[in-house]
Amino acid sequence: MAKYALQRLILAIPTVIGLTLVIFFLVRVAVPVDAVDIASAASESVDVEREERLREEYGLSGSLPEQYIGWAGRMLTGDFGTSFFTGRSVIDEMKRRIPVSLELGTGALIITLVVAIPVGLMSAARQDSLPDYIARGGAIMFYAIPGFWIATLVLVFGSILLNWAPTIDYQNLWDDPVANLKQVWIPMVILGLSPIGTLTRLVRTQVLEVIRQDYVRTARAKGLDTRRVYFRHILRNSLLPIITVIGLQLPRLVAGTVIFEQIFVLPGVGRYLLDSVQRLDLYVIMATNLFFGMLLVLANIAVDLSYASIDPRIRLSRS
Amino acid sequence: MGPDSGLPSGDGATTAALRAGLAPKRERPAVLKPWDGVRVLARRKPMGFVGFLILMIVGLAAAFAPIVAPYGYAETDLTNRLQPPGGAHLFGTDNLGRDLLSRVIWGARISLGISLGAMIIAKTLATAIAMFSAYYGGWFDKITQRFVDIWIALPTLIILITLLGVLGANPVSLIIVIGLANAPQSSRLVRSVVLSVREEPYIEAARALGMRDSRIMLLHVLPNIAHIIIYSASVTLGSVILIVASLGFLGYGVPPPHPDLGAMLSGDGLTYMRRMPWMALWPGIVITLVVFAFNVFGDALRDLLDPRMRGS
Repeated sequence: MAKYALQRLILAIPTVIGLTLVIFFLVRVAVPVDAVDIASAASESVDVEREERLREEYGLSGSLPEQYIGWAGRMLTGDFGTSFFTGRSVIDEMKRRIPVSLELGTGALIITLVVAIPVGLMSAARQDSLPDYIARGGAIMFYAIPGFWIATLVLVFGSILLNWAPTIDYQNLWDDPVANLKQVWIPMVILGLSPIGTLTRLVRTQVLEVIRQDYVRTARAKGLDTRRVYFRHILRNSLLPIITVIGLQLPRLVAGTVIFEQIFVLPGVGRYLLDSVQRLDLYVIMATNLFFGMLLVLANIAVDLSYASIDPRIRLSRS
Repeated sequence: MGPDSGLPSGDGATTAALRAGLAPKRERPAVLKPWDGVRVLARRKPMGFVGFLILMIVGLAAAFAPIVAPYGYAETDLTNRLQPPGGAHLFGTDNLGRDLLSRVIWGARISLGISLGAMIIAKTLATAIAMFSAYYGGWFDKITQRFVDIWIALPTLIILITLLGVLGANPVSLIIVIGLANAPQSSRLVRSVVLSVREEPYIEAARALGMRDSRIMLLHVLPNIAHIIIYSASVTLGSVILIVASLGFLGYGVPPPHPDLGAMLSGDGLTYMRRMPWMALWPGIVITLVVFAFNVFGDALRDLLDPRMRGS
């Protein structure tokens, strides 16, 4: 297992390098270099020498490949650059914001799993019953309804009916867990809706496939109680495709955190990204993009590793 | 007409391929006429048919927006602001007195148009990559797939926001970047099908007859993967519409005064929705119906066109 994990990590290196290349060249070519001059020289007169110095200071002089190597090299030492606007270190700001985004995303993922797996199992176990129809219809609706629309409706009708609005003052999870959860539970649930729709449908089809296998009939015939049959034999054997689809949902969760941080005024990485794009704040744009990209790379590794731990055939065949 | 007639099947295609190589003129196999297709859909896949109907209604309204929409999308009527549905304005009016029905129709036209353009770019690119990569195989395939890996690993919406935010959003830039961002996922799917088609005897036969690779790909591989491309196009359209709406919602859609279904749900409209919640309802209902329709229609197409993939 350790060997497989190591292999998987090494295979991710080219992906990460590719990621930094794509982000650097896309963003660096798109953002005009005088963004730094405009940002820092707002009121002062144009001064060529000063511009040169600023570009030098921000690592924007020299050819693009040189700039890329400089940027990537500094990142290896933990320096993600400085914001043009605040003049503050990007990594310090990221450290404050990453927990907010991770909490939102992880919370939504947990809600998804806690709802989708039992509902999907129930739906398959009682195929073509009323609960099954309700679950199936609900799943399709959840998938098709855009989360940001639900969020808008919650804001509009929350304010009409309950005179409720999201609080602007964000509380950290570890400072005040109750206040924090009060703020984030609504965006978490809404963010989970669409993945719940996709996953419930998939769990249902997978379980229906496995339920007809001979080993399930054997397990039942030898008198195992139903719960054991479902969890030990059916669920475990349906897990591989389910995990694949969870992996495929992750980019949507990541994109969702950006949208919901914006709607519910949460100070996470997504808001940081949106603000920085508005201001052409080069290093913040690149750092936030890289953060979301790395998150997906790591999540995919986690998906692969959980394959291997569930299904011994995978780790044995590759090592 | 039986459900299987006109659909590609291994044996029929083999003889067709042989004939194509030997006979100077190729006989066209019987094809399903569009109307037969609709009948089969209605009888065997009622949900897919519902999706088809929704798409027809929204699609026709969008295509003929200049005729169908009762008012212009930017036409303001300041004496009739924030009207509830009914009367002269079937869906009501917004904070500037613009007719919501007209704005939703024009918004659907713009969203569907952008999504359609982006889908065509994504599918063309995906098909081209998949065909060359899988047909030639070997090191070419390996290198291409590594690039596709990286491409898939990119956080799509994040990169889209970055590019559109920095470059500015207009219909053309939206179509191109959304199309590019959505290409790699479906190229994986198409590639897996090309890999199996490549091993079919009719390809071998065509090769034995001395057909050029480009001709084999165009005349024999492409028709036999068309069904995958068609149904994945429908599903992709569903997700692309959501992406377009999300971008519009975040302020990276088509610039105002053009109506964008996503943008209609955010921005300054939000403050007025407390007084007129209908403003928040119509665009969301249309997006939801269209996404729903593309998905059930796509699923039905998959089941009808390729029985082997049923339920997967």
